[in-house]
Amino acid sequence: MSEKQKITLTVNGVKYIKYVPPRKLLVDLLRDDLELLGTHAGCEHGVCGSCTILYNGKTARSCLMFAVQANGAEIMTVEGLATNGNLHPIQQSFHDLHGLQCGYCTPGMLMTAYEFLKENPSPTEEETREAMAGVLCRCTGYKQVIDSVMDAAGKMQNNRG
Amino acid sequence: MKPAAFKYLSPNSVEETIGLLEQYKDEAKIIAGGQSLIPLMNFRLARPEILIDINGIQSLSGIKEEEDKLIIGALTRENEAKDSLLIKENCPIFGEAISKIGHSTIRNRGTIGGSIVHCDPSAELPVVSRVLDARMRIVGPEGEKLIDAKDFFITYLTSAVEPLEILVEIEIPKLNKEWGWSFVELSRRSGDFAIVAVAVILIIDEKNVCKEARISLGGVDATPSRAEKAESYLAGKVLDEANLKAAGKLATEDIDPESDYHASAEYRESMAEVMVIKGLEKALARTKGDM
Repeated sequence: MSEKQKITLTVNGVKYIKYVPPRKLLVDLLRDDLELLGTHAGCEHGVCGSCTILYNGKTARSCLMFAVQANGAEIMTVEGLATNGNLHPIQQSFHDLHGLQCGYCTPGMLMTAYEFLKENPSPTEEETREAMAGVLCRCTGYKQVIDSVMDAAGKMQNNRG
Repeated sequence: MKPAAFKYLSPNSVEETIGLLEQYKDEAKIIAGGQSLIPLMNFRLARPEILIDINGIQSLSGIKEEEDKLIIGALTRENEAKDSLLIKENCPIFGEAISKIGHSTIRNRGTIGGSIVHCDPSAELPVVSRVLDARMRIVGPEGEKLIDAKDFFITYLTSAVEPLEILVEIEIPKLNKEWGWSFVELSRRSGDFAIVAVAVILIIDEKNVCKEARISLGGVDATPSRAEKAESYLAGKVLDEANLKAAGKLATEDIDPESDYHASAEYRESMAEVMVIKGLEKALARTKGDM
């Protein structure tokens, strides 16, 4: 009926081959099978944004995809942001400016900001608010989140410059 | 919050998909972007035995230009359509409507056809389809047919696509550059479902007299509707403040909103009037090149 299917996918540059039942959500594959616990499952129906990952270079909610659908895909999770133990500038800004309180939504915030700043490297505050509106923070720490993303934009501009 | 077990099939063509639908009939459900279906499955409000994933059917994606229209593949991602130059240049109201769907992450995955066929009365694409008199190309075991938007949206979550059929393309007209248009929406927060959504297309002459007004509303009835009384009232009239206000009032006669936890029926009706006036003003400003 719903026997396991073989999938091959690349996550943060590492290739995996797994056998998964079709009903397994992508977020559960990442957490349970690949033990990448950075991606958080929040609402599990696409509202909170905590489980946001990059799917073939674009953000996707990993609770709104089945693992079988990721066959052949390139995925990046929050674990893929830092390089050689150095925080990504977005992570550094969240750290410096207290862009997190309990931290549950943070992986979703970081991945959303990562895509946003790639598409819009010098955003206005209003654009940043709109872009980050899809990720909910129940500590309601939005002010620091927006400040962190704006700060990261500046850092990344300087790095490039 | 985990979906019930199902069998997963991923056909490579429309023909193969219809073959699977004929084989499994109402046990099967098609999944495109999954941004509405997977939440329903996670809550187990939907528990299809067979899930037919059409994401691998490349012929269903992309936007083509014909003489007087654009043809959008049903599997085209919402963000891809929003950023398409063909749509920006020829039918900007369509892109504007997409920009109000959920959040960018949802639009990366959500598809044009999926949102239209889902028939949520508060969703943006059904509303803009009605104002554009879009046509939906549907393929089934007996061949294909084109259905006008006015006949496509049957009721809540029910479209004219029959169980063994699949929506493959959406045809939208190119808009004349002189026409005014707007897509306005009232929601509690950016990205929320619309309490009221209004799409307007205005054609006026050089004396500011309305030749044709098209007004479509969402969130205020079981399906997106056209404000026909308001449309015929405006035809032939000068678009001054008093006439726009009268059209807003008339628009509420063609709707039948219901109460839910987002807003009462009374509030929706009252806001429909306000949003129609706002939509008309914005569309009128565009005819004058103000925006």
